[in-house]
Amino acid sequence: MTYLGDVAALARKDLLLELRSRDTVPAMVLFVVAALVVFNFSLPAGSGTLAAYGLLWVAIVFTALLGLMRAFLAEREQRILDGLVLTPADRSAIWAAKGLAVLAFLLLAELVALPAFALFFEPVGAELVAGVLLADLGLAAVGTLLAAMAAASRARELLLPLLFLPLVIPVVVGGVGASVAADPARYLGFLGLYDLVFAILSWASFEYVVTE
Amino acid sequence: MSTSLRNNGAVVLAAGAAALLLAGLALAFYWVPNAPVEGFRQRIFYVHVPVALTAYACFGWAAWKGLRLLSTRDRRYDLESYTAVHMGVIFGALTLVTGSIWARTSWGVWWSWSERQLVLFLILFLFYSAYFMLRYSTDPGPRRANMSAVYALFGVVLIPVSFLAIRLAEGLIHPVVFDRNVDENLAASQLVTFGVCLAGTLALAGALYVNELTGKRLDERLRELREALA
Repeated sequence: MTYLGDVAALARKDLLLELRSRDTVPAMVLFVVAALVVFNFSLPAGSGTLAAYGLLWVAIVFTALLGLMRAFLAEREQRILDGLVLTPADRSAIWAAKGLAVLAFLLLAELVALPAFALFFEPVGAELVAGVLLADLGLAAVGTLLAAMAAASRARELLLPLLFLPLVIPVVVGGVGASVAADPARYLGFLGLYDLVFAILSWASFEYVVTE
Repeated sequence: MSTSLRNNGAVVLAAGAAALLLAGLALAFYWVPNAPVEGFRQRIFYVHVPVALTAYACFGWAAWKGLRLLSTRDRRYDLESYTAVHMGVIFGALTLVTGSIWARTSWGVWWSWSERQLVLFLILFLFYSAYFMLRYSTDPGPRRANMSAVYALFGVVLIPVSFLAIRLAEGLIHPVVFDRNVDENLAASQLVTFGVCLAGTLALAGALYVNELTGKRLDERLRELREALA
């Protein structure tokens, strides 16, 4: 099989699993809507429109975190990761497939979250959508690698936010900039740079995280 | 694996660090003239900046050792990388403390989000603190060594990316109120003093590194012996 064939087969497995069990996506959707409602009450009157855009990015990062926490759950419970590593496929294909699945779940959650944000708070412009799409790539790429690390540790769910949040601060900066700045192109460019750098790094180093 | 308690390299480095740091402090207090704007308090520059640069050097060293581990699979690099991160976090915490003191004396506040270096060090401090969580919550073995090495590599990539992010965020969220201008026209006396202080701090980090590495190796050897006996 080709590399892309491996990735497609593995990603199909994850998507099929989610389609049958419906474990992750409904939880992410419910979480992000609930978070937006909480934000409505956490913003004091007169805090302005910019604060809402800032909080949207908090919601997106934490929703991604929620999806990532479950990303390797099936592999861990059924001890499948060792089997996957033993297959003749390139190990980075496991990362790419899992990243694609995480990305798909995140996009589905945002398909609900962005209209909800537009309904509850502020209008959603093209720059914001572009920023969200670029940020999703980075969140999924970095998050999948860190989720694999966290899955190998004893702390698991506790460890992932600690590893994930400092690393995605640049994503938040780029995303907030893309949503509120007068010149969003700089921030979108920065998000693209982040995606490129960390996707390459994660792709190259995933093999070491899952093997001995 | 060397587990000898007597370590001549550490002794030489420690003596050198003591001499250089004393000389650097003496130069900073008695030789360098007062800075034109900041006056006497600008002298914390000779502690703060060398400590910050040493922290970067430690993180860079950790990533280099991590890269060596991944390419050679030689397990001794794992402890070396770990020790370097350990030292980096100590010097990073010192950078935060000295930077905070400088902010207090210069601007009257303990913390300012418009100070790029301080914000960067806060992010790095959080990031590398999680490194310890990762290590402590994973069973010792080649996989933990690999994961630690990958994490250390992510750290050195995060440094420039975060720096860029902070610069971008500054224009957006935090207006630049303060302008420090310490790097403008460093006089010869300032440059020499700074060089001596930097060399002293690096030697101190080196001495601590060698010392800590010996200790960690002993710990590991002891654990292996215990396991062999059990």
